[in-house]
Amino acid sequence: MTEEQTAVVDAQYTATQNIVRTRGVKRVYEMGKLSLEALKGIDMEVQRGEYISIMGPSGSGKSTLFNMIGALDKPTEGKVYIDEVDVAQLDAYELAWLRCRKIGYIFQTFNLIPVMTALENVTLPMIFAGLATDEAIDKGVDLLSLVGLGERVQHKPLELSGGQQQRVAVARALANDPAIVLADEPTGNLDRKTGREIIELLRELNQEKQVTIISATHDLKMLDVSDRILWVQDGRITKNQRREELDLDLGQIGAEEE
Amino acid sequence: MTTESAATAGTTEKQISLPLSKAIEISFRSLKIRFWRSLITIGGIFFGIAFLMSILTGASINEALVDSGSPQVRALLEQKGADGDSATQQVWLVSLSLLVCVVGITNAMLMSVTERYREIGTMKCLGALDKFIIQLFVLESTFQGLVGSVGGVILGCLFMLISMMTSYGWDPLVLFPVADVAWSGLYSLGAGLGLAIIGALYPAYRASQMPPADAMRTEV
Repeated sequence: MTEEQTAVVDAQYTATQNIVRTRGVKRVYEMGKLSLEALKGIDMEVQRGEYISIMGPSGSGKSTLFNMIGALDKPTEGKVYIDEVDVAQLDAYELAWLRCRKIGYIFQTFNLIPVMTALENVTLPMIFAGLATDEAIDKGVDLLSLVGLGERVQHKPLELSGGQQQRVAVARALANDPAIVLADEPTGNLDRKTGREIIELLRELNQEKQVTIISATHDLKMLDVSDRILWVQDGRITKNQRREELDLDLGQIGAEEE
Repeated sequence: MTTESAATAGTTEKQISLPLSKAIEISFRSLKIRFWRSLITIGGIFFGIAFLMSILTGASINEALVDSGSPQVRALLEQKGADGDSATQQVWLVSLSLLVCVVGITNAMLMSVTERYREIGTMKCLGALDKFIIQLFVLESTFQGLVGSVGGVILGCLFMLISMMTSYGWDPLVLFPVADVAWSGLYSLGAGLGLAIIGALYPAYRASQMPPADAMRTEV
């Protein structure tokens, strides 16, 4: 192999390693005469299989960044690449396809469809993706067993506890074997212990299934399972820490909390 | 089989679908969970269509009575005086009641959309296309229209028959113009369904335009 070829292969290799990449992302909200710059130029990469936490106070631009990464909003300026595809270039069908197949979403408020059973909630994205009903049901039962709800597939969301509902949501997020799971404050509506269990579940899935997990949070419990933490403040990434570096600071953060 | 699926994979790969049976199931259940509210909307359609149906039935029975040529009935009819003025008035009344009916449906559906912003946003995050959302809301409204119209047709027809029997005795029942009334029933049913769909169009469109990021909104 010539040097040139090696370079090309290397470039492709690094390209496919980045499941999410943003370049100079800015997002301006026009509110009448005021314009608010929620993101002021974000450059970041997320690698396949990583567990990333985006930390930041409310109003920091964290949610805006999160929506960009999740293809839920388009940047005013700059580019967002998901699996090396520029999100801005996609039409409505392709965006729906991306959301259906490539990304799994987990919400703070669980967001299960109340009229459907746990199993139906999990199979809905598979039906959108065109899977036959039987296959979808088999896979849905498997996924619910994986999150520890094998006995409760026929329960409606309101018959389940908060932690169980969030487990259903985790199973639903995994329905179409997404490359990325986006979790928006997944423990925000849960008590300490249940929150811990959900975090551990996410970590296990991340390690066993090699799913990339990106989580917006201000829950400090999330930190020690993350591979990397992005600190967002005032529309910018102020710190990009690996977990190893974090251990040094953790005592300090804990102290701040008290 | 494998070669075939491999060949079609290129074209079907990026397709997102919602089978009609599934859509019907989802919208039916969304109605069931809001049973009482649906019942109010259905009530609006029910009375509107009952009114339309009773007017149509009344006209058919009148005609049948005139055609029967019984002098006794003719005398009664003349005495009652079915003139042109009251006919136009009735058309106005029916049109107004149907208009109120559409406004009622639109209002109820808009409320339902606002209430379900998170559900709609979630569906879009799961990959639902705008047209799925429109489909779900229009189907919901169609069910309501169907139930309301069928009820309205039956009530309107019975009401008019009984009210005419109180004036003309058994003649309206004996001379009952089955074919005419059946056609009127079909028209009224069609009108009810049509109105339900028209009433749902704008709310369904509004719902389909909701940004998926709304699923993340935490405040209610």
